[in-house]
Amino acid sequence: MLPKEYSTISDLSGPLMVVEKISDVRYDELAEITLASGEKRRGRVLEITEDRALVQVYEGSTGIDADSTKVRFLGDVLMLPVAKSMLGRIFNGRGNPIDGGADIIPETKLDVSGNPMNPYSRDYPSEFIQTGISTIDGMNPLVRGQKLPIFSGSGMPHNRMAAQIARQAKVISGHAAFAVVFAAMGITFEEASFFMEDFRKTGALERTVMFVNLADDPAIERISTPRLALTTAEYLAFEHDMHVLVILTDLTNYCEALREISAARKEVPGRRGYPGYLYTDLANIYERAGRLRGKSGSITQFPILTMPEDDKTHPIPDLTGYITEGQIILGRSLHRKGIYPPVDVMPSLSRLKDKGIGSGKTREDHADLMNQLFAAYSQGKDAKELAVILGDSALSEEDKAFAKFADIFEDTYVRQGEYENRTVEETLRLGWDLLTIIPVRELKRIRDAYIEKYLRPLLDAEAGEANGPESRAS
Amino acid sequence: MAEKKRIQGTISKISGPLVVARGMLGASMYDVVRVGGAGLVGEIIELRNDMVSIQVYEETSGLRPGEVVVDTNEALSVELGPGLIEQFYDGIQRPLQSIETEADSPYITKGITVPSIDRGKKWDFVPKVSAGVSVEGGDILGTVKETVLVEHRIMVPPGVSGTVREIKEGSFTVEETVAVIEDGHGAALNIAMLSRWPVRKPRPTAKRLPPEVPLATGQRVIDMFFPIARGGTACVPGPFGSGKTVIQHQLAKWADAEIVVYIGCGERGNEMTDVLLEFPELEDPRSGQPLMKRTLLIANTSNMPVAAREASIYTGITIAEYFRDMGYSVALMADSTSRWAEALREMSGRLEEMPGEEGYPAYLGTRMASFYERAGRAICLGQDGREGAVSVIGAVSPPGGDLSEPVTQNTLRVAKVFWGLDAQLAYQRHFPAINWLSSYSLYTDTLGEYWDNKYDGEWGDMRVQAMSLLEEEDQLKEIVRLVGIDALSRDERMTMETSKSLREDFLHQNSFHEIDTYASMDKQVKMLRNILTFHRLGMQALARGALLREVIGLPVREEIARMRYVEETRLGGLDELEDRIKDDLSRLTAGGEEDVA
Repeated sequence: MLPKEYSTISDLSGPLMVVEKISDVRYDELAEITLASGEKRRGRVLEITEDRALVQVYEGSTGIDADSTKVRFLGDVLMLPVAKSMLGRIFNGRGNPIDGGADIIPETKLDVSGNPMNPYSRDYPSEFIQTGISTIDGMNPLVRGQKLPIFSGSGMPHNRMAAQIARQAKVISGHAAFAVVFAAMGITFEEASFFMEDFRKTGALERTVMFVNLADDPAIERISTPRLALTTAEYLAFEHDMHVLVILTDLTNYCEALREISAARKEVPGRRGYPGYLYTDLANIYERAGRLRGKSGSITQFPILTMPEDDKTHPIPDLTGYITEGQIILGRSLHRKGIYPPVDVMPSLSRLKDKGIGSGKTREDHADLMNQLFAAYSQGKDAKELAVILGDSALSEEDKAFAKFADIFEDTYVRQGEYENRTVEETLRLGWDLLTIIPVRELKRIRDAYIEKYLRPLLDAEAGEANGPESRAS
Repeated sequence: MAEKKRIQGTISKISGPLVVARGMLGASMYDVVRVGGAGLVGEIIELRNDMVSIQVYEETSGLRPGEVVVDTNEALSVELGPGLIEQFYDGIQRPLQSIETEADSPYITKGITVPSIDRGKKWDFVPKVSAGVSVEGGDILGTVKETVLVEHRIMVPPGVSGTVREIKEGSFTVEETVAVIEDGHGAALNIAMLSRWPVRKPRPTAKRLPPEVPLATGQRVIDMFFPIARGGTACVPGPFGSGKTVIQHQLAKWADAEIVVYIGCGERGNEMTDVLLEFPELEDPRSGQPLMKRTLLIANTSNMPVAAREASIYTGITIAEYFRDMGYSVALMADSTSRWAEALREMSGRLEEMPGEEGYPAYLGTRMASFYERAGRAICLGQDGREGAVSVIGAVSPPGGDLSEPVTQNTLRVAKVFWGLDAQLAYQRHFPAINWLSSYSLYTDTLGEYWDNKYDGEWGDMRVQAMSLLEEEDQLKEIVRLVGIDALSRDERMTMETSKSLREDFLHQNSFHEIDTYASMDKQVKMLRNILTFHRLGMQALARGALLREVIGLPVREEIARMRYVEETRLGGLDELEDRIKDDLSRLTAGGEEDVA
């Protein structure tokens, strides 16, 4: 029996419409809307009473009228047909192919909202991923199954960095099928084509699934875009045992779309007009990263968001930071100095780092070295600040050493080429090299054994060079 | 009491986790209802004639108006009895492991009903009373060895009293009768090990006591500077990345409580998995047994249904109270109470209530206060007058790190200890990032007496000295920032050096280092004593003409920096260090005096 068709639309406001005199409709059910022109759109039931349903129209309400538009309720939630053959394909925010290719032949259909992962069934992420970027590998290491957002601002090279990570990311030990799922939400055509070109050029496209919702596509589609991407990722990761890197850009646009719907529903707003459930909503996206016991695949998330006015306390980065396992923050001043990637390591953080590094994973000295570099860089920055006010002469010898350290750190450790892929050993070696600038007694965060093993040879070599000519002279 | 009629209504409206049903006349507030054909668990939170508003603890998609709603005539309750420890529950006390088995999927699906406590498992019940004895509510009838660390005490339910007519011994399931009590009117009551208690109702105690005994946590900045008492309340507000969760984990690991209840309320799934995988591996420093043997976890991660998040806090505290009633010291960690408040806000918004500050309901303050008030030290019910305590440590996640927001402010009104986390310290990787200038503990005086008795009055003095050094450093730093380090006198430079040592060698503690992660009070006292001894004697040396460079260049200072890595079994090394500090500094002075002479 075909579902009943209603032509009882009574209220239209923004992306929302009210359908009256309904019966037997379920909460969260998918609706199909047929316009007078024959165009079909989809919607979702947001609220329901005995005879009225509030429907959110995914493709926007432009062109819908209360008279001739017809609505059918399909009896099911929004499902995405998925298949392994989606790799290498490009889809729009509704899940339809836009690369000119044929429709995919679905292996199965999945509910795009997904179900929450049982925390008991999770496996703790602990495999180190080498991204080839020192500020990530050395200072904020990423592990498989982690969700690590990039907090950026307009005009900063977050896209280039995300593309570099997608290109270079690999696990040190062993080979496994690796895929990228890319979801673009409200980004410009230029940005989207940058990724497409980059993936095509480097051959990454064939292991990538792209979902693209451009800035001029209906804003409301942005709500479903990340969900389609994550549903695909879950399918590839847990049914086909692939390691999936999900790049979501730009979450800020997603949240704006959410605010638009919330405002249309006349909900009590939370901070800055965003709905009170923004945290829960974002969590439903971010928490879909992870690993599961007994499955070899994983989902690692790299959400990108541009902070309005570089303000980290804006609700979007703020709530994101509370859900994700750390954050990589790009710094405006580093960017101005021409340093790429402009990762501001001080406020950046990877919460899962401790499980992914150490002997057997990267190297025994990694954690101590990382802590020491953080401490030294922080002290160096303080010293430089002091020097700005009082002049270099006001600095103690120690402070000068730290200030020098901070400069060289930014110049050699943070700065690297867009196509420079450093191994973790190279990154660690770079760190120890930098520590030779600082007096050994100031290295309080490192165990003595590691100082002897890793730093002493470097210091001796240096001393050898310095003393060499003198000792010969005497 | 007459049997209540079974009340059944129909759904009239669905909006997210809120369902409105009609035809529910006779239902009571906070009754648990089963919603729809799938039997989703919900709780009545508003009544209007025959209409009720229900918060549903499971995902509501797929429900439709007209489906049935059945009242269970029971308030939201937890099941209490042997089998609680080592469990991993969701917000409404469903074991997540059973959910996995039942759903046959790594995802949580809807409408799953599983018992909170294993019905099939047999426990060895050892009676503690004999037949004929008269008992009252709270008296211990017998015990069960639940884990190597926990002796589960089976108590007479509150409000019951009479004569033990029968008491059994042997192996029983939780539902089997282990004792029969005859009340004054000759009615017999069968007592099983399993009992139930409504989560929103505090369990009664005989008498509440002021918190006077410290809850040692092994964390230097906490135990020494901002201590918490057994039965006390503490809050940890801080922006993201400042280490709230690590502090909560550290306390769950090392606090000297007998039972730990850890609630992951609206937080990350991986964090709970971390605890679940790590705790069985970690050893309790006092008993040498795995920490999991005294721990119970409740997880309602951020992507799990929001209404159950609201309930998870109550589920946790009720279980904590139950163990307190057995005479244990229980520590409860709630991470994070802000997510719980947000769940309240979301439900309030859907009920279309008039919002208070920042959209939070006007009753936020009362709800928070009544939660924190369930903490405390008390004489438990029962004739033996045993003592138990529930200490509550709540993390708060203020948006943007702004402490003026309603959740933080309402918490500060009731929590007695404030560990303020500082983003700046976190950036410098100074952990725990507890700011020593803004934090406070209202238990300092009472606990100071306790420690002073143990350490001959030294504890309080050292604490005050160290705090004032840090305070002074803060002012001196201001001067240095304006006019440079040269403007400081020798003594002031020494103060700066000592404060730096306090910060880096004492307050900073690496929770991922196998030795540094925990420091006993003995170790803490010795460490602080050495730092302050160096300061005092260093100052004296300066006064007698020693050069600052000489004092701060002493090699013994490197040993001070490495005190944290001294093992608990070799604390004597710290006393020897104290002697060396005295020797080295007096030698400096001696040399100085010779020069003068």
